[in-house]
Order: sequence, then structure tokens, then C-alpha cells
Amino acid sequence: MPVPLLTFKVIDKVYQNGTVALQGVNLIVQPGEFISLVGPSGCGKSTVLRLVAGLGTPTGGLMNWHGPNNQRNLAFVFQDPALMPWANVVENVYLPLKLKGQPLRSVRERIQAAINTVDLCGCEKSYPRQLSGGMKMRVSIARALVTTPQILLMDEPFGALDEMTRSRLNSDLLHLWEKKHWTVLFVTHNIYEAVYLSTRVIVMAAHPGRVVANIPIEAAYPRTDSFRTSSQFNYYCREIMAALSEVEGVGVS
Amino acid sequence: MGKQVSQVFDKRNSKTAWNWLAPALVGLVGVISWDIFVRLTNTPPYLLPGPGLVIKTLVEEWGDLFPSLLVTVQITLVAFLTAVVSGLLIAILFAQSKWVERSFFPYAVILQTTPIVAIAPLIIIWLQNNTFMALVVCAWIVAFFPIVSNTTLGLNSADHNLQNLFEIYGASRWQTLIHLRLPSALPYFLGGLRISGGLALIGAVVAEFVAGTGGTRSGIAYQILISSFNLEIPRMFAALAMTTVLGVAIFVGLTVLSDRLLQHWHESAIKREN
Repeated sequence: MPVPLLTFKVIDKVYQNGTVALQGVNLIVQPGEFISLVGPSGCGKSTVLRLVAGLGTPTGGLMNWHGPNNQRNLAFVFQDPALMPWANVVENVYLPLKLKGQPLRSVRERIQAAINTVDLCGCEKSYPRQLSGGMKMRVSIARALVTTPQILLMDEPFGALDEMTRSRLNSDLLHLWEKKHWTVLFVTHNIYEAVYLSTRVIVMAAHPGRVVANIPIEAAYPRTDSFRTSSQFNYYCREIMAALSEVEGVGVS
Repeated sequence: MGKQVSQVFDKRNSKTAWNWLAPALVGLVGVISWDIFVRLTNTPPYLLPGPGLVIKTLVEEWGDLFPSLLVTVQITLVAFLTAVVSGLLIAILFAQSKWVERSFFPYAVILQTTPIVAIAPLIIIWLQNNTFMALVVCAWIVAFFPIVSNTTLGLNSADHNLQNLFEIYGASRWQTLIHLRLPSALPYFLGGLRISGGLALIGAVVAEFVAGTGGTRSGIAYQILISSFNLEIPRMFAALAMTTVLGVAIFVGLTVLSDRLLQHWHESAIKREN
């Protein structure tokens, strides 16, 4: 077993208003994994991401980063592209580097590379309002990539996009992941998306937020479009659905 | 492509032409009806002078009125600029902590709701050696509140996801202020400017009136006051017209500035494309 990147040991998170967002969550993230967190709303999947990002602290349990100085070396992509409307694409992508005090001159190439990576060539001088939803999301991803993060946190990044844009961005993201060997934590409520992308799917339940199933997706990469219609794909989807409905059944009784 | 752009441009040009033409037409109709009314009813000029007489008086009295207008412009500008700087600084202070805001905001409101006519005489007495300063203070009191309240609101309404992002990337308080909160506040601040520009003029005029009743010479409002005392109603109208033009000029100037600064990104400065 290699050294994990990050471990959650019986993590609890109770918000000030008394909501139990997470209860006894255990999680081990290995370097290079693509983990999807799936579950109904209120199951605390976004809370997991926020804790990893250092937005708030757990109220119980232990969260450990292994290896030096990992905590800062992460990037976050929200469902909302969260771009600065007053800044053009280059300035938006430059933001994390600017906050680290790096002058624009010295990082121009890195910014351009990130923009190229997400296929946004020619839009460098555009403002967010001139871009479509999918393009805005690409800018948001480029901004995450520009810091060459060790771990990429994505909170329903494609949730607000139409199905075609979503599947396009899914396969682009997967290509990048294969090339760059990141670790990705991906929150979604879309089972198909989770199966298509992930090396492992973690199923969560609500009230209180907890992990109920851990399903490795043992399909080889690169995953093509034909994988989406294969019987293997369907098998995993059914398994996740079963895990989800089992929890719902318990909740009702 | 080029053709398309020029077509769009033409369309926009003719639209802006209408933006000016429509209100100008309304103004023209108003002035003509005013003229007809005065002629038909034979209203004496000391009750209501016709537009022709007002313009004639304006030309004749220009040498007297224009320097007065310049004094008012000075008072308004100094008060406005002071309001902008102080309002911005106070808003930034308010935005640093909820407690600072809660402790001081009520007093900003009190300053705003105190009728300027009531306290202007006091201020003029307190600063009797420097009438100009006294008038500036009165205009400042009226002008500064919209800037404080609008900018405070703007500084507090930065996008939450962006705030989280800044936190994740370890931004300092200063960086968050400069790169996130101030730009987010810009549209609100500019909205405050537009209100405050007009209010600075009103504050200056009111204060000049109060000072004028005490016999102190000052700007254009003093001329309005004196003209009405002397029943020189056409002269009063001429001075009034000058004040109005100044007010409109301030508003237009600030609107142009606002549109310039926001042209790339804010909904208020962008035409809907449908």
C-alpha cells in the first residue's frame, strides 16, 4: 500500500446551527485517484470538499495530510464558475499566481499553457459575460490548473451545464487527468458521470451525512464513449443506485 | 465580419442619437407651450417671464451671473470630492468588521437625516471666518451618505465562491480588499456617486440660501435669492436655469464615467442582446 495523500479518520462536522453535516466519515485518498462523491443533497459531500480545502475545520476526528506542505497545493472548482466579471480570461486565470505574489511577466507562459489545455485559445482577452456557460467553466478549470495542484477539488463543476457540454467536458477532464496524474475529488449527483470518470465512487447518505458504500470502478483507461453504453458501465450504475436506494429504504422505515 | 461590426455600430449610433433627441424634443415642446401660455394669458414678467425674456436676461446678466455660478461649482466640487474620499474610506473601515459598522452606521444615518436647512446657520456661525468652508461642510454632509451606504453594501456583496477561492489561495485581507471587494463594490460606488453629485449641488444651494439670508454673498443661489427679493423674476429664472444646467451636467458626467468604467462587465452598462 503506497503512502496516502490524505486521510479522514472518523471525521464529524456539526455546523453552528446544530446540523450534523458529517458523522464518522473515514476516507483514504491515494495519490492519482479519481474519487467521486455521490449522494442526495444534504449528505455532506460538499462539506468533505470544503474540509479538504481548509474552509472550516472538523468538529471531531482527525484529518491528516501526508507528505510535506500539501495543504496549500490544491485547487477548487465550484459549480458556479466564480469568475471575476471585471477581469478578462487571462486575468482570471492569473489570479491564484497573483495572490502568491508572482508578477504577470514571469508566468505568462504558464497561463497560456493552462488556457491552451482547456481549449480556450483565442479567448484570452474576452470577459466572462462574453463566454458561454461551458467556456466559463473551462476558464474556471484553467484557473485551477495554473497552480499545478497536487489535488483538484471539484464541487459539481458541470451540474449547471447542458448534457452535451457536460459529456464533452467530462471526456476532456478525463484526458487531462490521464496525462497529468492529478488526484481528483469530484462531487456530483450524477451517477453516470461518476462511473464514467472515477477510479472509485463513494456513496454517501444524508441525516446525518455519512459514507455508505465504497465502489471501485475497475474499468481500464482511456475510457471511450463506448464505455458509456457497455454492460460493465451499467453494472456499476446499478450497484450505486442499489446502495443509494438501500439507504433511502432505511430512512423511510 | 467588418461589415457586421459597422452595421452594429451604425445601429448603436442611431440609437444614441435618439437617446438625446427624444428628451430634447420634450424640452422643446415644453418651452414652446410655456411661451404660448405666457403670450395668451398676458402674464406679467414679475409673475412668470416667457422663455425669450429669460434667455435675453441670461445674456445681459452673464457677466454677473457666471462668476457666481463658478463659485457654486467650486463649492459643489470640493464638497463632492471630499464626500467621495471620506465616504470611500469610511465604507472600507465599516467593511473591516461588522462591529465597526454597527457602532458607527447609526451616526452616519443621523448625519443624513438631520435637515441641512436647520443646521446650516449653525455651521455658518461656527465657521464665520470662512464662508466658503462653511458652505462646503453643508454640501458635504448632504453628499457623503449615499457614498458610504452604497459602497459599504458593495464591499459586503462580493461573490461568496470568490471569497472562498481567495481564502483557499491564502489571500491576505489587503489582497482580498484590493482584488475582490473593491472591484465588486465599484458598480455600487458609482451608483452612489451619481446620487451624491446631485446632492452636493443641492446642499451647496441650500447652504448659500441660508448664508444669503444672513447677507453673505456667495454663489448662484445667492443671486436667485437676491433677484427674488428685488422682484427681478426674469433674472431669477436665468440663474435658476444655470443651476439646472449645472445639475444635469454633473449627472451626465458621472453617468458617462460610470458607463466607461463598467463597459466590459457590468449589466448596467451593457445593452441586452435580443
